[in-house]
Amino acid sequence: MDKIVLIGLNHKTAPIEIRECLAFSESDACTALAGLCAEPSMDESILLSTCNRVELLFTAREIPAAIQAAKTFLAQQKQIPLADFEAALYLHQGEAAVRHLFRVAASLDSMVVGEPQILGQVKTAYRLATEQKSSGVILNRLLHRTFFVAKRIRTETGIGDHAVSISYAAIELGRKIFGSLEGKRVLLIGAGEMAELAVEHLIRNRVGQVVVANRTLERAMVLAAQYKGSAIRLEEVAEQLGRADIIISSTGSPEYVLRAPEVKAALRNRRNRPLFFIDIAVPRDIDPAINDINNAYVYDIDDLNTVIDTNIEDRRREAVKAERIIDEAVIQFRQWFEGLEVVPTIKALHAKIRSAAQAEMEKTFQQLAHLNAEDRKAIERMMESTVNKVLHDPTHYLRSNGCRGDRSVSLDVARKLFKLDE
Amino acid sequence: MQILFVAAILLYMLSTAAYCAYLFLQHERLQQAGGALLTAGFVCQTAGLGWAFAASGHVPVNNLHETLSVAAWTLVAAFLALRAKFKLKILGVYTAPLAVFVLLAATQFPREPLQPENLLKGVWLTTHILATFLGDAAFVLAAGVGMLYLIQERNIKAKTRDFFFKRLPSLDLLDTTGYACIVTGFTLLTIGLITGMIYAKIIWGRFWQWDAKEVWSAVTWIFYAVLLHERLAVGWRGRRAAIMAIVGLGVLLFTFLGVNFLLSGHHGQFTQW
Repeated sequence: MDKIVLIGLNHKTAPIEIRECLAFSESDACTALAGLCAEPSMDESILLSTCNRVELLFTAREIPAAIQAAKTFLAQQKQIPLADFEAALYLHQGEAAVRHLFRVAASLDSMVVGEPQILGQVKTAYRLATEQKSSGVILNRLLHRTFFVAKRIRTETGIGDHAVSISYAAIELGRKIFGSLEGKRVLLIGAGEMAELAVEHLIRNRVGQVVVANRTLERAMVLAAQYKGSAIRLEEVAEQLGRADIIISSTGSPEYVLRAPEVKAALRNRRNRPLFFIDIAVPRDIDPAINDINNAYVYDIDDLNTVIDTNIEDRRREAVKAERIIDEAVIQFRQWFEGLEVVPTIKALHAKIRSAAQAEMEKTFQQLAHLNAEDRKAIERMMESTVNKVLHDPTHYLRSNGCRGDRSVSLDVARKLFKLDE
Repeated sequence: MQILFVAAILLYMLSTAAYCAYLFLQHERLQQAGGALLTAGFVCQTAGLGWAFAASGHVPVNNLHETLSVAAWTLVAAFLALRAKFKLKILGVYTAPLAVFVLLAATQFPREPLQPENLLKGVWLTTHILATFLGDAAFVLAAGVGMLYLIQERNIKAKTRDFFFKRLPSLDLLDTTGYACIVTGFTLLTIGLITGMIYAKIIWGRFWQWDAKEVWSAVTWIFYAVLLHERLAVGWRGRRAAIMAIVGLGVLLFTFLGVNFLLSGHHGQFTQW
């Protein structure tokens, strides 16, 4: 299995300056893969490039030559001296490479453990490789296993549970308060990247109308148009509390925008239907005393960050389970891979044909009870030599280097043709 | 019959174990097992009570033993109905052990009724007993849901994300469920009181005779009536509604048992032993 090699760098080994120099766009990756196909020391190859990692996975015909070729290839493609990034490169071979790929796809190696995007990125990398026909039997099988493992980890462990970003944390809390966010009205006070991101997440969760309040009405109108909502002045905010359910505040105001008495009055008007305040502003917009009012819940940026920290802690714990699943998958892959060796395949092939012949012969003997021992011997001999004749050529073909190029292709075909993997 | 009673206790105990395991491990199967075991126990107990009903022609509430087992039975019935309607799986952690506790308490009292009463027959009375018991069971569940609400509300307010935060559902679901329990309980209690009065008129010739049990039943009824009115009129919901549901349970328990032990009046045989 040593001929499976993975070479690359990620956010842990290389700073952003190096990663951005080495990043491949989709079209870059296509030309790169075409170049790799021409590389004589490699058989199959896949190139994975995301903002946090660049990895080259390949099967090598001659391992040291292929590794050197891969390094120079990266340097040449991106036209930076190898010395600049060689120290950041890690090299995994055989089982370690397989395990690394599984861990990457399952998001155990990500900057934010459990983030869901990486699996899609691995899938894209694989799609490009199949389009360029740079992947073959081994990497195809490996990548399919990878997708299977990543999916299994996602469903069987809680690694993807719980929010690890401010806006997801806000939504998770909203769900704990309102149950479903569907149809809940959102009031956005002020603007700002984080607040807008949170509103977008809420809209994706099918909240109801969005109202935008801003110091300048014009800015409010622009945002409101974006969310297909309505715009109001900052002075009208207290009035809006009767209708809104979720309030996201992010103004530059040095004082509180909303105070406890206003909220108390609003709650009376809305018959105590809950209000959820998300205060992203620093200095804070929402008076923390509002959290003491019944049916009003206030989370400021620090609270949300604490939520995220505990969630990350939970994910780490779940990652231990994920590692176990990966260990299992690595063992299974190794078994498949070893099956691709010549001797086990030939053995399995012989066993399969022989047992089929044996079974049929016994069936026939049962029906022909009048045969004496000598007749039976003769038939058995006949069957034996037929089996040997049938098996002779395929065995010879698999053993010799008759199958030109990649022997693993022939082995894989043989295993599929005779269903030897069941 | 005795065997059915014992089987019910055992099944409720197993259900309790399954629900407790569910609380810690959060495997969906455990919760399903808990529900199935509780249902099985309920079927056993129903068979036992049905037997008793068929034999005597009245609901078996002639001594404390019988009264408590009918109370446990209605509690489980109310929970199973609630479970079908709301996604509040975790409430089994409250109901199953409570049913076990009540049934175990029942075993502490002699089974034989002291005096066979003919007073307890008739359709009015059967309705009165069943509606009142089921209504009370709904209030007990409302109090349980209220406790869960308070725990979850404290979690969200205090911004702690402890053991229960993940395990409890949303405040909205808890609040709605509690409200549904109280509406159901109130409706059933009203039916129970009306049929009881009709029965009193038939037997004693008067609808109302200021007996302690009657007075306290009226107090309970008014308590929940106020609770419902305030919710509809000014929106008493969330924390306050949850606290009131728990306080209501206290009033209810006093009416149910306290009046019989501490005050005198009719309904006496109900808690004799």
